[in-house]
Amino acid sequence: MQTKVENNKAWFLVLPVFLIVAFSAIIPLMTVVNYSVQDIFDPSTRYFVGTEWFQQVMLDSRLHDALLRQFIYSFTVLAIEIPLGICVALMMPTKGKGASLALILVAIPLLIPWNVVGTIWQIFGRADIGLFGAFMSYIGVDYNYASDPTDAWLTVVLMDVWHWTPLVALLCYSGLRAIPEVYYQAARIDRASRWAVFRYIQLPKLTNVLIIGVLLRFMDSFMIYTEPFVLTGGGPGSSTTFLSQALVQQAIGQFDLGPAAAFSLVYFLIILLVCWVFYTTIMNMQKDK
Amino acid sequence: MAEITLNSLAHSYGEKPDGQKEYAIREMTHVWEQGGAFALLGPSGCGKSTLLNIISGLLEPSEGEVLFDGKRVNELKPEERNIAQVFQFPVVYDTMSVYDNLAFPLRNIGVPEYKVRSKVHEVAEILELTEQLKRKAKGLSADQKQKVSMGRGLVRDDVSAILFDEPLTVIDPQLKWKLRRKLKQIHEQFNITMVYVTHDQLEASTFADKIAVMYNGQIVQFGTPRELFENPAHTFVGYFIGSPGMNFFEADLIQQTDGTTAIRFGEYDITASQTMLSQLSDMQVNKVTLGIRPEFVHVWDGKSDDAFLVEVDYVEDLGTYKILSFLFNGKMMKARLSEDQKIPSGQVYVSFPEQWTKVYVNDYLVEPKQETQDAN
Repeated sequence: MQTKVENNKAWFLVLPVFLIVAFSAIIPLMTVVNYSVQDIFDPSTRYFVGTEWFQQVMLDSRLHDALLRQFIYSFTVLAIEIPLGICVALMMPTKGKGASLALILVAIPLLIPWNVVGTIWQIFGRADIGLFGAFMSYIGVDYNYASDPTDAWLTVVLMDVWHWTPLVALLCYSGLRAIPEVYYQAARIDRASRWAVFRYIQLPKLTNVLIIGVLLRFMDSFMIYTEPFVLTGGGPGSSTTFLSQALVQQAIGQFDLGPAAAFSLVYFLIILLVCWVFYTTIMNMQKDK
Repeated sequence: MAEITLNSLAHSYGEKPDGQKEYAIREMTHVWEQGGAFALLGPSGCGKSTLLNIISGLLEPSEGEVLFDGKRVNELKPEERNIAQVFQFPVVYDTMSVYDNLAFPLRNIGVPEYKVRSKVHEVAEILELTEQLKRKAKGLSADQKQKVSMGRGLVRDDVSAILFDEPLTVIDPQLKWKLRRKLKQIHEQFNITMVYVTHDQLEASTFADKIAVMYNGQIVQFGTPRELFENPAHTFVGYFIGSPGMNFFEADLIQQTDGTTAIRFGEYDITASQTMLSQLSDMQVNKVTLGIRPEFVHVWDGKSDDAFLVEVDYVEDLGTYKILSFLFNGKMMKARLSEDQKIPSGQVYVSFPEQWTKVYVNDYLVEPKQETQDAN
């Protein structure tokens, strides 16, 4: 029998990663946990309140509405952006100058700062000076995102589609480029239809980038704040107030740090849960039966 | 099933080819007869795959015609040509089962499902894939995937030809042999024209009845493995086929004062038939390349008057036979010694039998003309 040499020095190698994760995630998260279970008036006057804030947050109908809106919003933009992104990627040229030009054009929305995107659409949608708004009133559609909730929703969704479909398109484009030419050649010889080529060659090879695309877009859209804030300010009424904005109103507007912290944690857990369920479902579907 | 004719075919990947060098396929006319098993043999980059893709229609040739049974198919797309092609790397449809993979080409042309079932089972039986039919194609091993690729070519009744583009590259050696046997059996069973691209002479000669050797975008010889071995039509064939390849050396053609011609290599005279010599003097060249296979170099055990005395360089033992390397007038050459032959050292007598000493001018074999005088 050989005796195993015990050497725990290897743990030091993990230390840098541990420190980075501690400062980037664990410590901030713990601060939030700290706030969520206490009622703090000033550093010396604070009371432990247990789950009280959580109970309050869970029963808050304002947050229920925001959560529902948030889910509808995220699923709407996903339902549009993913198929649209795939279509754009399929249509992008693959060779020559056209390919680089298309890449640049498609990537432009991604390079614009988020609050600028909000401002662009705010002006774009105005009935008096905005191209889109003016056009709508020109063709006789009564469109006003500042007063009509449906119009506000339409504008917010359109804005997100314009801003983020390019991300899905670029991911899919890279996925499509990775498919060897020989697959298409074999498909031609097997006389596969255009649809069959998409269904049995392109889509299976896109699965992995699409998983990343869906996860990224879900997380980002679920946390959306800047663009609707600049565009509609959450209105009219609270029709476009999504979770982040509701959270900010609570934390900064009303300075209710305790409930806001509890709410943040719930928010975080929802995102984690949805991503986990999505990821495991897809992975199970892919397994060889 | 079809006879495939290539008529003055040439192909260049560039838009405006400038001179012969720009052509991936230089002008050629070639016929693959119906029902044959052919190999297209050549080194990497000689244009084999280009030629195959032209036959299947994946590439359109810049010049010339492709004919199937005498009908021009240049304008037909691969899907309209009734051809099956198996590629170097196995192509399977990952998300489909093996069964669906094999059924795919049939379903695409709307074959009724009951016919699909019997055909798929028949092909799976031949390829020994029956047990895998229900599995997803993604989890198969490389050789099974390649069998599935082949199977997709075999399920269709109507294929004119099956083209193989180095299909066994990714397969383990033992399985390679098995699959090659399988292909041969399939060929005998279905009588389909098969063209098999490879850079491996062993693979080519075990699979094919006739081999086309390709070099620099041209088919330099088309013949049985034996013809390629015994009578290489081009120096490249001599060099490429056989292990080790043919010995070549450049000799001078001397017009002697008495009017006769002689082939001289340094201080040595190489014997050749009178007809050959007169043929060569008619061609008005002053240099020829001589080639002889190591298998045909005669190594004498003792002294011989008709033989040349050469320096032994080294002897390589390859188990069942030995390869003798020697210096002939400063030129390194090889000879194959049988197992029981005496191992020479220092100096040895070798001779080149006239029958096996091939004469090449500008890399092409000079075929001795039939001696018509004999009939008189």
